[in-house]
Amino acid sequence: MGIRFILMVNKQGQTRLAQYYEWLTLEERRALEGEIVRKCLARNDQQQCSFVEHRNYKIVYRRYASLFFMVGVDDDENELAILEFIHLLVETMDKHFGNVCELDIMFHLEKAHFMLEEMVMNGCIVETSKANILSPIQLMDKAH
Amino acid sequence: MEQLKTIGRELAMGSQGGFGQSKEFLDLVKSIGESRSKAEEDRIVLSEIDILKRKLLEPDIPKRKMKEYIIRLVYIEMLGHDASFGYIHAVKMTHHDTLLLKRTGYLAVTLFLDEDHDLIILIVNTIQKDLRSDNYLVVCAALNAVCRLINEETIPAVLPQVVDLLNHQKEAVRKKAIMALHRFHRKSPSSVSHLVSNFRRKLCDNDPGVMGATLCPLFDLISEDVDSYKDLVSSFVSILKQVTERRLPKSYDYHQMPAPFIQIKLLKIMALLSGGDKSASEMMYMFQLPSPQLLEAAADAISKFLKSDSHNLKYMGIDGLGRLIKISSDIAEQHQLAVIDCLEDPDDTLKRKTFELLYKMTKSSNVEVIVDRMIDYMISINDNHYKTEIASRCVELAEQFAPSNQWFIQIMNKVFEHAGDLVNIKVAHNLMRLIAEGFGEDDDDADNKLRLSAVESYLQIISEPKLPSLFLQVISWVLGEYGTADGKYSASYISGKLCDVADAYSSDETVKGYAVSALMKIYAFEIACGRKVDVLPECQSLIEELLASHSTDLQQRAYELQALLALDARAVESILPLDASCEDIEVDKDLSFLNGYIQQAIESGAQPYISERERSGMFETTDYHSQDHHEVTSHALRFEAYELPKPSVPSQASTELVPVPEPSYYSEPHQPVSTSSSVSERESSEIKLRLDGVKQKWGRPSYQSSTSASSSTPPRAANGTSTHADGGVASSSSSKPRSSYESKKPEIDPEKQRLAASLFGGSSLSRSDRKSSSGGHKPAKGTANKPPKENPIPVQPPPDLLDFGEPTATSVTATDPFKELEGLMDSSSQDGGSTDVMGLYSDAAPVTTTTSVDSLLSELSGSSKGNPGTYQSQTSKGPNSKEALEKDALVRQMGVNPTSQNPTLFKDLLG
Repeated sequence: MGIRFILMVNKQGQTRLAQYYEWLTLEERRALEGEIVRKCLARNDQQQCSFVEHRNYKIVYRRYASLFFMVGVDDDENELAILEFIHLLVETMDKHFGNVCELDIMFHLEKAHFMLEEMVMNGCIVETSKANILSPIQLMDKAH
Repeated sequence: MEQLKTIGRELAMGSQGGFGQSKEFLDLVKSIGESRSKAEEDRIVLSEIDILKRKLLEPDIPKRKMKEYIIRLVYIEMLGHDASFGYIHAVKMTHHDTLLLKRTGYLAVTLFLDEDHDLIILIVNTIQKDLRSDNYLVVCAALNAVCRLINEETIPAVLPQVVDLLNHQKEAVRKKAIMALHRFHRKSPSSVSHLVSNFRRKLCDNDPGVMGATLCPLFDLISEDVDSYKDLVSSFVSILKQVTERRLPKSYDYHQMPAPFIQIKLLKIMALLSGGDKSASEMMYMFQLPSPQLLEAAADAISKFLKSDSHNLKYMGIDGLGRLIKISSDIAEQHQLAVIDCLEDPDDTLKRKTFELLYKMTKSSNVEVIVDRMIDYMISINDNHYKTEIASRCVELAEQFAPSNQWFIQIMNKVFEHAGDLVNIKVAHNLMRLIAEGFGEDDDDADNKLRLSAVESYLQIISEPKLPSLFLQVISWVLGEYGTADGKYSASYISGKLCDVADAYSSDETVKGYAVSALMKIYAFEIACGRKVDVLPECQSLIEELLASHSTDLQQRAYELQALLALDARAVESILPLDASCEDIEVDKDLSFLNGYIQQAIESGAQPYISERERSGMFETTDYHSQDHHEVTSHALRFEAYELPKPSVPSQASTELVPVPEPSYYSEPHQPVSTSSSVSERESSEIKLRLDGVKQKWGRPSYQSSTSASSSTPPRAANGTSTHADGGVASSSSSKPRSSYESKKPEIDPEKQRLAASLFGGSSLSRSDRKSSSGGHKPAKGTANKPPKENPIPVQPPPDLLDFGEPTATSVTATDPFKELEGLMDSSSQDGGSTDVMGLYSDAAPVTTTTSVDSLLSELSGSSKGNPGTYQSQTSKGPNSKEALEKDALVRQMGVNPTSQNPTLFKDLLG
């Protein structure tokens, strides 16, 4: 099914955004996030690859300033494509917020989610045009 | 500079009123952002829960406030605490008329609730209403919710509307409607089976977004049933062509590459469609498959990846090597040093990937090195998930390629010792069976040596503390069967050891059961030999303890043992004959001895028995299920992920040289059934212990198969067709690559060279090896095309395993090399555009300092944004700098500032 979850976690291990494309209970999510964060944060060496296997997930992650973007995918997903998807997501947020920083995501959690809703449905990447992703959000902004 | 920025901030501070968010919310975010530890964060969230519980009870909450409360609830759940007290408010918010509130409500509900939650029923109505809305954004919000919340039961409630929306005038709505249908197809294929044609139709939608989204459901559909979609090949080809010719809107470009994400999806679909279909693949790629040019291009890409400094690319290189090695075995040899470097890399991910590659290229000549390495690695890691995986791989390789039984037992001992709790019980049964049956050749001497060595190794290991339960079971069983067989160890010595085991692991009933049964066998053999049996005092007390055990199983075993001790030699011998664990016991499954009695009863008026399945008229189905079940048990250790991604074609490989499979998919699953269906009850439980059949199914034909594939090239062909006579030629050719490489790079660490030699050097030798031995054993194989049917003789344990591995090897010849290329195509597709993929990725390594990304982005913003920013020299980014300043200032106003506890909150992610 492709993407199983998308996490944004800062370097202290605090979750800033979590979106799952399969149902996990609160406890399962908490456990999974804890394990993944521990694993990925321990790997901040530049000389390591951006992929980690965990349970039956493959996690593709990328760090931007203080924030880690982690995407859990199925085994048959292309790692480099997901890595670029993360970058596209960050660029999209940057386009909307302007010099996006961790605090933007915290103050506008729902908007970050809205963007993801446009980009990913049913665990599949459905939209990659920044204009298309952002237009409903801009329309909503205008209405207020 | 910093000063300037600060002044700017101060200037911008004055007029702003906030993000439209309340002070309360900003304070919450601020305190969460600045919390230093999980405990502190938890405290904040807990007090927030208290506050919200109170606030949500207030009457007439203004809608803006309410939206904030809902987002605070999202925060609570995101940070790992239960917010179920507020779910109902999120549900209520979906009823709201304001779009933003409605969408926030839907978002919260999709985050909070799973599709079977009771509250969903309250939302279905709202969704229905919203799907009919005039505002397309409302429709989109509802469709988002449909994709998350509608389950099998509620599909009919929204299905007609979703279908109508497929023709909505807004492309965003069409796109989401297609995805809703996709979701329905996943949840319940039958509910939308009559609507599948819509996916085909939407592929031709004139909006590229809708077309791109449609590729997702089509990928699913095509992977389920390739044949029904062959007619779409030309459509996909023309779409891909249009994409690469940059006919899509510019906004789909990503770093000057035309719609890479759509390209990847198209290529994946085409890989599915071209699998095993020459004409389709020719239409797509204008190549005859397997195409040497294509293989060469793939090999080139891989070597570029492997030589790269980026770990990500190395990883992809190893991954590609693993896929390619099945088609062209030579490629690994060129990269032996790179592979070894990756194997010793501190990066665990890369190491694992390399182990996966090694696993794929294991053959009899390098199995010892590879399995040793794997076991060392297995011991070194703590991750149980991966430990299990690697343990089962070790077992699989050992079973398949073991050079000797002693080695096999040693490997199994190590696996059991370090991962005993993680391996499948079947592995233990296989081991016991191997020890019991030996080589299966009539070489009793060798068998006895094998058993003795097993017994000796177990006696050494047994006193180590905390052995896994499964291992102890094996040890107990083997000691019971063969502990005294050789005469080297006395009965009292062995039984003493067994009592120690039962004593030390007194909480493990299974182990105790095994130990008691082993004791019983030891004493039985003694009695049968006519020797006097002295039951050790500790043994006596064990028996007494177990006679009163709460476990009926243990109790029974103890009573049996006690009874057995009282019997005479002849009786004992027929109860427990020596070394008879492999004898088949005939069980009259039909209970035919009762026939007379039944006949009598029927004659005197009793009703004849009608079996349950006949009564329910489910004859066929239940039969099928029981077969199914058999398969499941016999496949227990199989890890699907290592299999080729499509069903292999085990027998019909037309000739060895044509690796294009014929699509006869379901022949394999039937094989195990045929052997098991007719045997008696007793035997069928025995079947679990058997090695035969097992290997055929586990058989990893991977590397060897390439023999036949590569034999199309002249030198290999010479090797392949020859028999023993070729041994000399082969071995000389094997030494060649090594020596040439040595002369090229004299400074390589000798350690690594040795490893390389043991991993790769012997490859051509082993290839001829394998050929010749297969030629000797099965002369018919190479010449005839008849399907290599399941061998009825139990397959022998290693090293003879090699020969019997052949049938599966043929099947792999038949796999589609294109399929294997898929991953490569995907990754290389990204450089399909003008830019150099190496350039793009080389700095894509995990970014600690974000400079590399920055350069990427500055390139991007340089071209797209055009930066007028003279205000600040240090941020060279887009026209947003002023906004950013204002934002900064605003946040400072709230008391969050860069000098406070968590300055990183302010760091630009891309800057």
